[in-house]
Amino acid sequence: MYRYDEFDHKLVQERVQQFRHQVKRRLSGELTEDQFKPLRLMNGLYLQLHAYMLRVNVPYGAMTSRQMRKFAHVARTYDRGFGHFTTRQNIQYNWVKLEETPNLLAELAEVEVTGIQSSGNCVRNITSDHYAGRIKDELADPRVYCELLRQYTVLHPEFSFLPRKFKIAVTGSPKDRAAVALHDIGLRMHLNDSGKLGFEVLVGGGQGRTPVIAKTIREWLSPEHLMAYVEAILRVYNLNGRRDNIHKARIKIIVNQLGIDRYRELVDQEFDRIKGDVKGIPEAEIQRIKAYFAPPEYEELPDFTDKLSTLRLADKAFDLWMSSNVAEHKIRGYAIVNLTLKAPDRVPGDITATAMDAVADLADEYSLGEMRVNHRQNLVFVDVKQMDLHNLWQKLGPLELATPNLGQLTDMITCPGLDYCNLANARSIPVAQDINKHFVDVDRLIAIGDFTVNISGCMNACGHHHVGNVGILGVDKHGTEFFQLTLGGSSDEGASLGDRLGRALPQEEVPAAIEAIVDTYMDIREDDERFLDTYRRIGMVPFKEAVYGSADTKVVV
Amino acid sequence: MSQMIIANRLIDGLVIYMGPKGEWVGSISEGAVFENEHDAQRWLVVAQQAVEDSVVVDPYLIDIDAGGGKSLPVGARETIRAFGPSVRTDLLEDAEGNGG
Amino acid sequence: MGLIKEGKLVNDPFKNVSDCETVPAKGPVIVSIDQWMVRRDDLLKRSDLIGIWLKSDEHPETIAGDLAYLSLVALEFPSFRDGRAYSYARLLRDKYVFSGEIRAVGDVLLDQLHFMARSGFDAFEVESEDPLDAYNIAAADYSVWYQQTGDGRLSAAELRGKGIRR
Ligand code: SF4
Repeated sequence: MYRYDEFDHKLVQERVQQFRHQVKRRLSGELTEDQFKPLRLMNGLYLQLHAYMLRVNVPYGAMTSRQMRKFAHVARTYDRGFGHFTTRQNIQYNWVKLEETPNLLAELAEVEVTGIQSSGNCVRNITSDHYAGRIKDELADPRVYCELLRQYTVLHPEFSFLPRKFKIAVTGSPKDRAAVALHDIGLRMHLNDSGKLGFEVLVGGGQGRTPVIAKTIREWLSPEHLMAYVEAILRVYNLNGRRDNIHKARIKIIVNQLGIDRYRELVDQEFDRIKGDVKGIPEAEIQRIKAYFAPPEYEELPDFTDKLSTLRLADKAFDLWMSSNVAEHKIRGYAIVNLTLKAPDRVPGDITATAMDAVADLADEYSLGEMRVNHRQNLVFVDVKQMDLHNLWQKLGPLELATPNLGQLTDMITCPGLDYCNLANARSIPVAQDINKHFVDVDRLIAIGDFTVNISGCMNACGHHHVGNVGILGVDKHGTEFFQLTLGGSSDEGASLGDRLGRALPQEEVPAAIEAIVDTYMDIREDDERFLDTYRRIGMVPFKEAVYGSADTKVVV
Repeated sequence: MSQMIIANRLIDGLVIYMGPKGEWVGSISEGAVFENEHDAQRWLVVAQQAVEDSVVVDPYLIDIDAGGGKSLPVGARETIRAFGPSVRTDLLEDAEGNGG
Repeated sequence: MGLIKEGKLVNDPFKNVSDCETVPAKGPVIVSIDQWMVRRDDLLKRSDLIGIWLKSDEHPETIAGDLAYLSLVALEFPSFRDGRAYSYARLLRDKYVFSGEIRAVGDVLLDQLHFMARSGFDAFEVESEDPLDAYNIAAADYSVWYQQTGDGRLSAAELRGKGIRR
């Protein structure tokens, strides 16, 4: 895990000091709201429906227990006792006071987290695989490159006023848990023909009102050229991206307009000019950062699987949790544990200060003090001894952090929606809660298997609805909340965008529609086929008929 | 349609409404209801001044349903702004710092 | 409004000549790129310094061949949100190796001065009652940078490499 040195600390302190001064100028009236707004946004401070909302970056999703305790402290002291984890590996506080924000940010800076660039037309929090460094199929730990990119992009003098926001994700595994194809830049590690590690570089992916799957701009990039290549992509975008229309300003639009080949040509020209530049990241710096991510000192442990089997046989609830929430660790005797923030009657992604403290304590006791947050709004303990699993499970239960539904239909991504968000058309959270009420039968959920439901309150798509197996998008129809369903989305290595099912439904009809879709799938699937595969094989028609009836199907084109 | 003026208070961002004397109040129940467009526009000018004076941010008029003895906002968005997230009724709190 | 150069408030020796004005016989002038194209020969006959004003959609590439004749390029920020001039400044310094003055004009916000300075700007038209004071406050905002951007200042990574501590 990266730790700030005096340079990092100084920079962040200077940032807080600058913001303190800006807030003072705003409160005294020296700055107007128009002038101040971009300054506060660059520090993650929004004005939402109820108050100021602060978005804090968890860099590439990795946290220590000390940071989690600070998150709890902030929730208690500066907000109303809870926080919300988002799909961008951020935590959000919903009732932050402007005048207190500089102090709050100073407290966060002590534990090396910030709101810098969690908003604004700049490079946002670099996101990554939440299993990074702990999973067998990984080629190398992507966090090393994430941290290099973090430092490279924080307060970048040239790229802080891009045409639009810019998101970068990195994965070190062929299995993509970081949705890299849905980012402005997606980096996917792989070996070239001579077996050397490098990156496939994807560009121009994104969600929002014009969802696009990223295209490959470079098949293989040597890691030492990563910054130069990213710089070339950013410079070409900064100079050519559209600035006349906010809805056409993302890089995906200019990549489509120019065509990927022309964009590649421009980037390559620039890259060729700058790549030989002595101003790369010094090798010593790369080694320094690598050292931070060296694996912890694992104990020599026996494989505990057999003993666990006995415990699993004895306790069905434990068995369920083991099969759904626990993943294999690359080191013998250890396991990866997912803490789902998806208890049925809870707000997905929300966690109270009390629970945060408890999680921090448990991380110290069972996970070497480290944890992660993933883009599906769950927490992860990455270094749990297999022999501790049963104890840990017993302690997570009362905290409502052991709901055994990871990857299942009720593990829904849900954006804050109209309950909090200024841009929303509709409430996302109540829809998730309604669906939950319809899917209480654990055995049925297991039988359904892998099934992602992603809900966004508007077309900005913070809830990733385009890439949910079932996507649910809130729309406003003459002042009433309606929901548009899509089918067949996926954010993994075979990413695809969902297709529209039909006309939008009122909120009360959504759960029944999901039921109909699920029943149809269960009827027509072959063997253990996932919903996504059934949909890809069969297409929309049976699902459409199930939801709207056959008469309707003919009408809707 | 009756109207009220809603805004955020600059210093803490909390939702506030314009009161009968042009002051700002933290609860919709204490806000002034304007019965005609002329009044509403006149008070909106006062609210704009409060923006200039760096007291409030983003004031605008909202429609109010004054039937049933209570002034209630029309539509989900303004109801949520007035009474808090519909999914966290345990957190009901207004700008005066009550509750929560 | 004041012009800040090398950390000092200075008198601007240049005169901005708009497209409908005639170029004065003497004295340094700043002209638009259109004027430069049209009156290039006349301007070069004068013995005084010449600067060019680029709008945010005018790429310095168009004058790359002429930079030897120019002592100043003014890059305009039509709005502080339009960040193209940062890249223009970097290209001017790194790619076209321009060593003359790069002046920030237009919507030059104090809170962005450090970004501009690090991208290669060395003169700033600052809108403020006390431009020097405002500049000094803004210039003191940061002492650590992560990026190498060719303004000569060392990045955190370079300082670490040299074993220098803060
Ligand atoms: S998707 Fe829309 S409603 Fe949901 S958080 Fe994003 S902007 Fe808000």
